Amino acid sequence: MIEREYKVPMAHQGYIEPHACVASMDETGRGTVWLSTQGHFDARATTASILGRNIADLKFVASEIGGGFGGKTVVYLEPLAILMSEMANRPVKMQMSREEVFRATGPTSGTVTRIKVGLKNDGSITAAQAWSAFEAGAFAGAPHMPGIMSIYAPYDLENFVVDAFDVLVNKPKVAAYRAPGAPQTMHAFECALDEAAIALDMDPLDLRLQNAAEEGTTAPYGPKFPPIGFKACIEAAKNHPNYTKPVPEGAGRGVSAGFWFNVGMQSSAEVNINENGTVMVIEGSPDIGGSRASMCLMAAETLGVDYDKVRAQVGDTESTGFCNVTGGSRTTFATGMAVTQACEDVIADCKQRAAKLWGVDADQVEWEDGSAVPGPGVNADVKPMSLAELAGSAAKTGGPIQGRASLNAQGAGASFAINFADIAVDKETGKVDVLSYTAIQDAGTAIHPAYVEGQMQGGAAQGIGWALNEEYIFNKDGVMENPGFLDYRIPVASDLPMIETEIVEVPNPSHPYGVRGVGETPIVAPLAVCGNAVSRAVGLRITDLPLSPPSILAALDG
Amino acid sequence: MAKVVLPDSFLSFTEGTRECTTNAEDYRSLVNELKERWPGLAESLEKTAVAIDGQIYQDALLEPIAPDSEVFFMARIEGG
Repeated sequence: MIEREYKVPMAHQGYIEPHACVASMDETGRGTVWLSTQGHFDARATTASILGRNIADLKFVASEIGGGFGGKTVVYLEPLAILMSEMANRPVKMQMSREEVFRATGPTSGTVTRIKVGLKNDGSITAAQAWSAFEAGAFAGAPHMPGIMSIYAPYDLENFVVDAFDVLVNKPKVAAYRAPGAPQTMHAFECALDEAAIALDMDPLDLRLQNAAEEGTTAPYGPKFPPIGFKACIEAAKNHPNYTKPVPEGAGRGVSAGFWFNVGMQSSAEVNINENGTVMVIEGSPDIGGSRASMCLMAAETLGVDYDKVRAQVGDTESTGFCNVTGGSRTTFATGMAVTQACEDVIADCKQRAAKLWGVDADQVEWEDGSAVPGPGVNADVKPMSLAELAGSAAKTGGPIQGRASLNAQGAGASFAINFADIAVDKETGKVDVLSYTAIQDAGTAIHPAYVEGQMQGGAAQGIGWALNEEYIFNKDGVMENPGFLDYRIPVASDLPMIETEIVEVPNPSHPYGVRGVGETPIVAPLAVCGNAVSRAVGLRITDLPLSPPSILAALDG
Repeated sequence: MAKVVLPDSFLSFTEGTRECTTNAEDYRSLVNELKERWPGLAESLEKTAVAIDGQIYQDALLEPIAPDSEVFFMARIEGG
């Protein structure tokens, strides 16, 4: 039986670009807002609601974003900028300083989590109990529900209890941050499992494999899992050269699982075929991680044309259909599904046009490699027509070629991960060095592998920063004392090794290309990875984050 | 009959009932049945996600429910 209490500090999303917008209103009450956001449609709706305006009078344009991580799903400046633009009869720009970002925008919750877990000598978990309190700030809304729904998700448990509380405190109001709630709760359970592995003299991956969820396992939050890749991630970790090599002298090796549900929600897309057959994809999901490239890849694959012939653009609220925020790891899944369906709409239209030109029925036309081709039994003199040829003759067959799709995507697939790291600790100074870090994740089909790796590396870097150094420090009057990157220390390149990645691909059967969603899961495991590695390195279980030099020295001093 | 599992947040409206069964053939019929049985649930049912046979729906309406289905109501998930 392992029983401990773990603490995770309040932490900020740490996007480099501050909140900023420009509002330009005219005398009729109509206008345009350019803003840094993860969702300009939702931002428009919230702003209009605050001001009591008609959303049709407001055009919101999402600018290229300099980081969001959940923190840019909230409206702070836009209503004020609109009112000031109307008062000044001029465009008005508002931009937060770094200090304002820290003091006035949402961090994620600090938490206290108590874990009790029982295991047999063979490592099988018999029962688990968790109690978790989440700081919400001055208003309710902490991510305690996804936190407790995540805590045991990687495992097949018969007996478990979770209680969680949304606790009002005199601290900043929290906002979403990558996989909201999961890093905090899973830190506690994954650290308890590591302690159990040490007590049972088991490899921590073997302990996790023994209890791992798989297809058909009842998830702790209710439904049975469809195909998932957790066991595949564990096996990949066991065979990884960074795991089979010895732990460096003086270092500890930490292991943790990661998990996120992923979501679908509403998306729209239009696909316009230019006169020369090149393809323009217009969608409404702000690109915060390279999603436009993934949209182009899916469009090219569906239409059967070269990737170089496809461009994608994020439209404003007046130029494309509604899309929910880019968040929850939903964009490549849901908006990608809309893009794919819009391309299928184009193909259906092109087959009808070819049928007109050939004088046959549309069901006698097939689509292969980017061309309409005659089906069996059609006159042999008919020659295939490429997308470019069909676009060139579009005036004769009904005008411009366009496909559209709007949907509420269902069937998002959960994404699991295993991370491990070798970490050395200087016991005289408390300084921590991350010697190596490996992230393995089931991404479903990786549409753009380099961007998937980027998400895995970015999430790992953020999680390592949260584990090792990041925290809000308040003085005795309750004022934050470190509202800047000098004292709120996120990792810089020299703090980190190359984050090595391995993508496991267990396709999501609910997506035409098998996409699961990637961006949330990578931040979940690093907290416990660091906690477990540091605890093994110093031979003492350290339960509270961050693992900064003062806190490590304090723990070593007892 | 399909099995229906209700979350803790519903229990104050269901006199502590956690599970029930249904003959409803789709989600809308199930919701109407639950509202009739426990009128206090109406608002919560508008804000919930549901998993039917493992498939999670954030906004269900006419999704079919089979006699051997498992239906779990659960909190909506968004994310960062």
